[in-house]
Amino acid sequence: MKLRSLTIKKATEGLKQKKFSSVELTKACLEKIKKLNPTLNAFISVCEEEALKDARKADKAMQNGNTSPLLGIPIALKDLFLTKGIRTTAGSKVLENYVPPFDATVVKKLKDAGAVIIGKTNCDAWAHGSSGENSDFGPTKNPWNTDYVPGGSSSGSAVAVASDMCTASTGTDTGGSIRLPASFCNVVGLKPTYGRVSRYGIVAMASSLDSIGHFTKTVEDAALLLSITAGNDSMDATTPQKQVPDYPKSLNRKPRELMLGIPKEYFLTGIDPEIKELTTKALSVLRVSNYHTQEISLPHTEYANACYYIIQPAEVSSNLARYDGIRYGFRRETFGDEAKRRIMLGTYTLSSGYYDAYYKKAMKVRTLITRDFDEAFKIVDAIIAPVSPTPAWKIGEKIDDPLKMYLSDIFTVTANLAGIPGLSIPIGFTKNGLPVGIQILGPQFAEETLFEIGKAFEEATQNETWRKRKP
Amino acid sequence: MKIDIAHVAKLANLPLSPKEEKKFEKQLSDVLGYIQKLNEVDTENVEPTFQVTGLETIVRCDTTFPSLSQDEALSGSTSTYNGLFKVKAIFGNES
Repeated sequence: MKLRSLTIKKATEGLKQKKFSSVELTKACLEKIKKLNPTLNAFISVCEEEALKDARKADKAMQNGNTSPLLGIPIALKDLFLTKGIRTTAGSKVLENYVPPFDATVVKKLKDAGAVIIGKTNCDAWAHGSSGENSDFGPTKNPWNTDYVPGGSSSGSAVAVASDMCTASTGTDTGGSIRLPASFCNVVGLKPTYGRVSRYGIVAMASSLDSIGHFTKTVEDAALLLSITAGNDSMDATTPQKQVPDYPKSLNRKPRELMLGIPKEYFLTGIDPEIKELTTKALSVLRVSNYHTQEISLPHTEYANACYYIIQPAEVSSNLARYDGIRYGFRRETFGDEAKRRIMLGTYTLSSGYYDAYYKKAMKVRTLITRDFDEAFKIVDAIIAPVSPTPAWKIGEKIDDPLKMYLSDIFTVTANLAGIPGLSIPIGFTKNGLPVGIQILGPQFAEETLFEIGKAFEEATQNETWRKRKP
Repeated sequence: MKIDIAHVAKLANLPLSPKEEKKFEKQLSDVLGYIQKLNEVDTENVEPTFQVTGLETIVRCDTTFPSLSQDEALSGSTSTYNGLFKVKAIFGNES
């Protein structure tokens, strides 16, 4: 049994039964980081000393009967999550020396649940990117083939889980930044409903779209983590006073018969034939396990990406205006190219005389995109779609053409615009050995349904050979 | 679509080199051309969505609660004086 490959569930059981200690589990992950990070560049900071100290504390607490749900589990954080006393860079040289004086709400919740913070993961600077190449600390590599991108922006977090450098990790998803790298790296990625998880203390990208989620090895682990991170936070007014379901428990309910929608707009020309083939195969698996499928239409899909690339840079330009180099961080000339592009694009569309034509128009189109989903969820319980029209691409392939890079997000931005949750799960590999995923989309706050479908797919495919593959 | 890069950079307080201005002008014009696509959509009588989960007017009690200490708040700055952030003067020497 390799400790570092364990799921949260299995690791917690092993720790409780004293089969191994948190120090052993943490050391196993740290060893893997030491071995692979020089090649994969998944971590910007590794917290070896602090992690071992926390692991020893967890082992002691375990002996004293503490049963916190994440006690002794090594978790990596996207370097956008503020950590008290630990450098937090957002992948940008602007914050190269920034040491936050407080923890993000999610970080505090994870620590309170007993998690061991093992390090801070690499990402596109300010979460601006679909490939990981926009990091000011160098690109992260895909562990399945290091010539390829791991997907972004939460690149290091996806890679760290895929290559067993940690048991789980956190990410942010503003236009696909969790779901895309999850599908490119063969891990489970959850983008919760907008406002389900507090954004407080996480470097803001586009405030009306930012969603805080995580990467895990199984759907069950994703459910467990959400039950810890979700909930109202007085520091983030977008988190509703809505009860947080016991997500892991609801996975044990009797499976329901559900109707799944297949949006025809996501299968039009431009989609890679292998993606189409694997998605079709995944759908036939789901049809065997209790589910019916039905073709649906989301007619405004083709406008979603243009809509997103107005709203998102506009909000980026506003959020990044706070970086003045006075209170923390370096001055504005330190911003990398992609941040400069988005700041200028947003400044332009929000500038005098242009607001109605761009931002307001986009917010109206956003209403239409949301209505498409509302209509669809009157007839289906969830929607199944590819995460990306292509598998991972080669490093450098799109970096000089920003518009080409932006078009990688066409299937993921829709969920952020509508504020709905999306779960990205692995469904197999291309002939070239690159992972492929699908996303399960549901109505706002219907994460339980997504977990139920995701777990059913895992169970139905658990004996397939691709499940056993390791990078 | 042409974009006045120098003007936008000034609004955004972003110092750019002439080489950057040239590169960004081309790249941003491409993106602006792409987002024009939205003009195809009829949005008459459609309200904009500003808050996607329908929350409205979220307020809290006007009471104080523990916050960062002065030292913590200043801990990220390289330019402080007497427990304050030191910045360039905004006004001239008016008498």
